Amino acid sequence: MLSVVARVVAMTIKELIQLRRDRLTFGMILGVPVMQLLIFGYAINADPKQLPTVLISQDRGQIERNIVGALERSGYFRIVAQVSGETEAERLVAEGAAAFVVTIPDRFTRDLLRGERPQLLIEADATDPAATSNAVAALSQLPRTALRHDLPGLVAEPGFEVVIHRRYNPEGLSAYNIVPGLLGVILTMTMVLMTSLAVTRETERGTMENLLAMPLNPAEVMAGKVLPYIVIGYIQVAVVLLAARFLFQVPMLGSLGLLTVALLAFLLANLAVGLTFSAIARNQLQAMQMTFFFFLPSILLSGFMFPFRGMPG
Amino acid sequence: MTPLAIDVEGLTKRFSGRAVVDKVSLKVPAGEVWGFLGPNGSGKTTTIRMLCGLLKPDGGRGTCLGLDILAEADAIKRQVGYMTQRFSFYEDLTVRENLDFVARLYALPDRRRQVEATMDRVGLASRRSQLAGSLSGGWKQRLALAACMMHAPKLLLLDEPTAGVDPQARREFWAEIHALARDGVTVLVSTHYMDEAERCDRIAYIAYGRLLAVGTVKEVVAGADLSTWIATGPGRDDVARRLARVPGVATAVFGPSLHVSATDPTVLRRAIEPFRGDPRLAWREAEPSLEDVFIHLIESATAAREKAA
Ligand SMILES: Nc1ncnc2c1ncn2[C@@H]1O[C@H](COP(=O)(O)OP(=O)(O)O)[C@@H](O)[C@H]1O
Ligand SMILES: [Mg+2]
Repeated sequence: MLSVVARVVAMTIKELIQLRRDRLTFGMILGVPVMQLLIFGYAINADPKQLPTVLISQDRGQIERNIVGALERSGYFRIVAQVSGETEAERLVAEGAAAFVVTIPDRFTRDLLRGERPQLLIEADATDPAATSNAVAALSQLPRTALRHDLPGLVAEPGFEVVIHRRYNPEGLSAYNIVPGLLGVILTMTMVLMTSLAVTRETERGTMENLLAMPLNPAEVMAGKVLPYIVIGYIQVAVVLLAARFLFQVPMLGSLGLLTVALLAFLLANLAVGLTFSAIARNQLQAMQMTFFFFLPSILLSGFMFPFRGMPG
Repeated sequence: MTPLAIDVEGLTKRFSGRAVVDKVSLKVPAGEVWGFLGPNGSGKTTTIRMLCGLLKPDGGRGTCLGLDILAEADAIKRQVGYMTQRFSFYEDLTVRENLDFVARLYALPDRRRQVEATMDRVGLASRRSQLAGSLSGGWKQRLALAACMMHAPKLLLLDEPTAGVDPQARREFWAEIHALARDGVTVLVSTHYMDEAERCDRIAYIAYGRLLAVGTVKEVVAGADLSTWIATGPGRDDVARRLARVPGVATAVFGPSLHVSATDPTVLRRAIEPFRGDPRLAWREAEPSLEDVFIHLIESATAAREKAA
């Protein structure tokens, strides 16, 4: 019994000594929780507020001011622009500058006062349903809160109707957001990890010494290391795109050519990060830890896990 | 006069301020086999890395195969064969794949045939499809040698090639080295084995980064100008312990015998005098062995350093 304790204590002491020697692992043990705390505390908000909203108003006046006031009071909407036409609003949404377009139609006030229940049109950028769902839910309260103060008794409840259009993703399918996002996640993960391991493996096993003693310069070693992973990266992209199309019914609408070109930049950036790690890491374990340290914030802050709109500007 | 395959002067390398190789000068004539000896950490690997263009010296200059080690490192890499201290090829590649990789790197003409010929010559042909990692120590060493030989280098730098290899494989390895030397290849091989030192045309002994002795085994032994007495018998360990602190006297136990050496014969005589009467021991004067000389060299180098510090 006593000897069991002695042996476990011996193992524990040895582990602690090794852990202390391995600065990187030690740093990770402290660094990862701190990083997570900071990211979750300051940068991540699963219930994004103050979403940028564009207003198209063809009916200026008190009612308009009431509606805008009610939208802003809900906390979810922030009017960033007032435009006159559809096309301008469309452009702002497509650029990602706005998440909502609120259209107050002509004769809204007149129809409201006549009790004809006019329609207020709200278009939401639904590419990431999680980002806008709470705001959309809050809209159901709008007809009551908007008219409470100024027109009590003047208009019949519920006064007007809120019509919501979910742009780009009318059914609110999360697959539309997750599957393309997965492309970035998978590429970052494998490219950084594979390259950081690939070079570290050579140094760890002593084969790097051999390579450098042969007529091969470091740039050629790097190029030879990176090239196969570019090919693998494109294979991964093809697999994800095919799965998106046929398993998840996510259509590919953009230009495949442009995607191919842009991916090269993305792949090279990730491979460069991996190579950098492999130059710093002394063994494969360290390379993996560095990859994790890089991957964690990049996935948490990418908008894939948590809505991008919830992060501080 | 034969041309020099290695001709370096004052080669120096510092790591964080410490001179790991300190003004090493070597002149190795083409076609000779040189042994490079010295304790662990004495700077053998560092010297070899500078010779093959892997490491830039902090001081000194010279040539390998007539190429400047500072300015023509790339050309040296193409013409020199370097076998690293660890058998470093790819364990997850087969024998043939490893050799094929090397052949491609050197852009060898008629690659396939060369790889086949190499495997045949070193007897690896029947193991061509075996993963290099699963070879036994002796075969790994042969593969490593074959890999650094394939581009037919005129100079071979072998860093402890026989460490951890069985005697049979070592013997075959040395037969191969001498066959290469007959073909005009110059070989510098670092080793810890005395019997291997005896197989070399000349040896160089390094300690604390400095060359302490260079020459044939005979010359090195003679140059040390050492007197040695051998005591045989059960009391040898006591004597060794008590002589350990006597300055200028080096001791070494070999099986039943104790070798006691010193440069000054009177110092030696005086040191062993108290033990001459010990009935358990038989004393005789002897020719110092190479190992006695090395022990003496390292002990006087250590004593000199301690005095300086
Ligand atoms: N890259 C390096 N950085 C720092 N110190 C080194 C490096 N390479 C070798 N050394 C040190 O230089 C000394 C000589 O090493 P080495 O040439 O490998 O000796 P040997 O091959 O004779 O055993 C050792 O003390 C070693 O720790
Ligand atoms: Mg060494």
